[in-house]
Amino acid sequence: MSTRYFGQRIKRNEDVRMLTGQALHVDDVNFADMLHVAFYRSRDAHGYIKEIDVSAAQEREGVVAVYTAEDLGDYWQPGPLLVPPPPTIKGLIFNQRTQVPLAKDKVRYVGEPIVMVVAESRYIAEDAAGDIWVEIEPLPAVIDIEQALSEDAPPIHDDLDSNLAAHVIQRKGDYETAVQQADLVIKRKLKYDRGTAAAMENRGIVAQWDAKSHKLTVWDTTQAPIVIRNGLAAMLGLSEHQVRVIAPFIGGGFGPKIMMFYPEEVLLPWASMKLNRPIKWIEDRQENFFATTQERGQVHEAELALTRDGRVLGLKHNFIHDGGAYIPYGLTVPLNSQANALGPYATPNYYSEFKVAFTNKPIVTPYRGAGRQHGVFVIERMLDIAAKELDLSPIEIRRRNFIQPEAFPYNHEIIFQDFAPLVFDSGNYEPALDMAVEMIGYEQFIKEEQPRLQAEGKKVGIGVAAYVEGTGIGPYEGARITVEASGKVSVASGIGTQGQGHFTSFAQIVADQLGVDVRNVYLVTGDTDQFHWGAGTFASRGAVVAGNAIHSAAVEVRKKILKLASEKLEAAEEDLELADGQVRVKGVPETAINLGSLAVMANPLRGAVRPGTEPGLEATSYFGPESGTTASGVHALIVEVDPETMLVEVKKYVVVHDCGKVINPLILDGQIHGGVAQGLGNAFYEQLHFDENGQLLNASFMDYLLPTALDVPRMEIGHFETLSPLNPLGIKGAGEAGAIPAAPAFVQAVENALGEAGPEILEIPLSPNRLFELVLGVGLTQKTR
Amino acid sequence: MNTLHTITVTINGQAYEREVEPRLLLSDFIRHEIGLTGTHVGCEHGVCGACTILFDGEPVRSCIMFAVQANGHEIMTIEGLTPDASEENLHPLQASFREAHGLQCGFCTGGFLMTLLPFLKENPDPSEQDIREAISGNICRCTGYQHIVDAVKIAAAKMEGQ
Repeated sequence: MSTRYFGQRIKRNEDVRMLTGQALHVDDVNFADMLHVAFYRSRDAHGYIKEIDVSAAQEREGVVAVYTAEDLGDYWQPGPLLVPPPPTIKGLIFNQRTQVPLAKDKVRYVGEPIVMVVAESRYIAEDAAGDIWVEIEPLPAVIDIEQALSEDAPPIHDDLDSNLAAHVIQRKGDYETAVQQADLVIKRKLKYDRGTAAAMENRGIVAQWDAKSHKLTVWDTTQAPIVIRNGLAAMLGLSEHQVRVIAPFIGGGFGPKIMMFYPEEVLLPWASMKLNRPIKWIEDRQENFFATTQERGQVHEAELALTRDGRVLGLKHNFIHDGGAYIPYGLTVPLNSQANALGPYATPNYYSEFKVAFTNKPIVTPYRGAGRQHGVFVIERMLDIAAKELDLSPIEIRRRNFIQPEAFPYNHEIIFQDFAPLVFDSGNYEPALDMAVEMIGYEQFIKEEQPRLQAEGKKVGIGVAAYVEGTGIGPYEGARITVEASGKVSVASGIGTQGQGHFTSFAQIVADQLGVDVRNVYLVTGDTDQFHWGAGTFASRGAVVAGNAIHSAAVEVRKKILKLASEKLEAAEEDLELADGQVRVKGVPETAINLGSLAVMANPLRGAVRPGTEPGLEATSYFGPESGTTASGVHALIVEVDPETMLVEVKKYVVVHDCGKVINPLILDGQIHGGVAQGLGNAFYEQLHFDENGQLLNASFMDYLLPTALDVPRMEIGHFETLSPLNPLGIKGAGEAGAIPAAPAFVQAVENALGEAGPEILEIPLSPNRLFELVLGVGLTQKTR
Repeated sequence: MNTLHTITVTINGQAYEREVEPRLLLSDFIRHEIGLTGTHVGCEHGVCGACTILFDGEPVRSCIMFAVQANGHEIMTIEGLTPDASEENLHPLQASFREAHGLQCGFCTGGFLMTLLPFLKENPDPSEQDIREAISGNICRCTGYQHIVDAVKIAAAKMEGQ
């Protein structure tokens, strides 16, 4: 192959459209006769609906329809369970309660939709939502996740005795034996509070029922258009071929845009069919703080048993996970937390028990990291504390516990979120740690810079944290690749795209196989009429699963090209090469045929198909990995804490990252940068503050602080490649990694900066205020040992 | 509230006359009345910067202005940066964003470009800190800003002397 795109820093194919304002987003879809939707949402976190009066709204000029739960009739159904609990975990309790399209009888969180207003304009729809009167008989709100499980907490779902949503125990070896053998056992309670993904584009839906063609088209900011299509067809009694779901350009996903089904996704298509008009709802930012799913509330009780030389014998890890009012996403997030607490470490004995609590807060589903960072926070903090106790450096204690390179595949003997055993396919952790230590200048900082700066009165510290990330899980993705008569190549895949660079990285894979310019590979993604098999973009799986499906289809198309060209050029296949959009005989470049002509020859008007053959230069392939592949890495940073303001400035940030074979380092760097920014936001800026009544107190960008360009440091990235044996390209996922270890590394650095007299930090997110409280000893989580 | 006002607004060099409600937001006017959907709305309260446009040459947030306030004024949106949205005719600032991978989902990008255009005119050779301060009112959730900063450095070099 003449051009090797794979592994190159290729500029993105999709950028020109985005940079010129031509990329289609859901709110850009407009029709002349379109209706607009606004919702009346619950202002109470918990209570019984006593009365709904929509009469004033109905009378307002320009209002077309007003719907409550009663109006939906049999269409009113609790949503489907996206991911059932793993069937193989014994004794598992799971109380499935999923969200409803419009609240009936009871409201369970502030922001739960109660009434849907349809009007000629969004402005009128919002006016009319303001006309609605709903009387709620309030119940005590269940907010604190530990109290949620106490006996006197009012049940959020009346048919359950308690707010226990799930209970799972997993074991490896025997933790109690580890304790008996241990020289040191450390116990701590750690907290991780809620945050929100805050994609820059809020959610939105346009639904257009065309009565004449008998087809429903839905533009949706979803990360999983195929699943939405299949579900909508079933709910609406349509054939799947009557429903087309398009996930166009999406302004950031990060997880919460894969929640099948949000109430609005159920309601808009239904209303479009009922009213026979196109209809649009665009979430506003304030709504997004309530109506889009959130993540992160967990409380952990951890115990680490070690030998005196710092080898981990066992980990006990019990936690409560805040599920919110409903649990449509099953156990994905807490299972990730449970699995990732094992980290990259060879922990022989593990006992982990978690409970999921229903609370009167917005629904929790995966957000970048999806619970992995909670587990990483726990093990990394526990190792830091152990290192102090044992007078080891944080580097050394990690080094002593890493899974060794010859131990792969390494079986952790518990079940992961994909129901498969938690087996790490590959990795090499120590060299990555060495690289990070070298890049951050660890030794020099500890021995020279820190003492020098401390002498000047500066509070500077360093932190290093390691992590693994299970990525690229199944079930599968697919792709169809076609060489067109123009010589251009089209690729259709089912996954949605939210900025990951799919139009480029996938094109690179194809361009290398077919010997075409990367700009001549045209990707269609997220349109169910173009490709209708697949799952979606989540769990850092796009490049791994769809990427390998695309690779496989490209290999098939290449075979077809060579076979046909061999006939036409009267040359053996092995004497042919694909380059510059042509097939040519090696060493005889004038004996060539371009791919476009060959595509026409493959689909002639006479005699195109003989038995056992297909027309065209086209192939469809699928890739379904047996299990996920394990990416890993190390983050290191240096911070300075201002003792007056408790503001923390990150002076230097280093990421060493191993996601196997890298398709496009430029895009990968971007993924890591963005992940780190979200991780630092999670560590120091972003926290959702609910009061005791379940009212969110900071539901705006004025009050919920997203990191700005002044807060996110410049990062240095070291790439380290351990190829995955689980897929032909050897790649691993990278989407979430940046966000996962940032918090524990940050906390370690802040603790280090504050020194021996400073607090032990066992919670995240921090803020200057909270750091002040911790330094003053206010509200310190009690140490138990 | 429903009384309509006739306004004339020049957007990207073209004059538009429309009848609008006084409460119509300028962002909605640009996007849904005129159909220039490259201006994105991220927060509707003037914080995220995605909806930034040039209003008589100054960067403003179109989500916290009313359309009637634009009567008689000149606006430039992201669509006004190039004559034809082709790769060859990208504005140097746009080309630099592409070169440095300064965008991922692209939703905030228009606001960054419109903020940076006047900034680079006044600061042809900005330092990294200058750049970070200039874009500190624009939120990007994808990039962590580093590639945006790199893009601005490249753009400054390209635009020097223009």
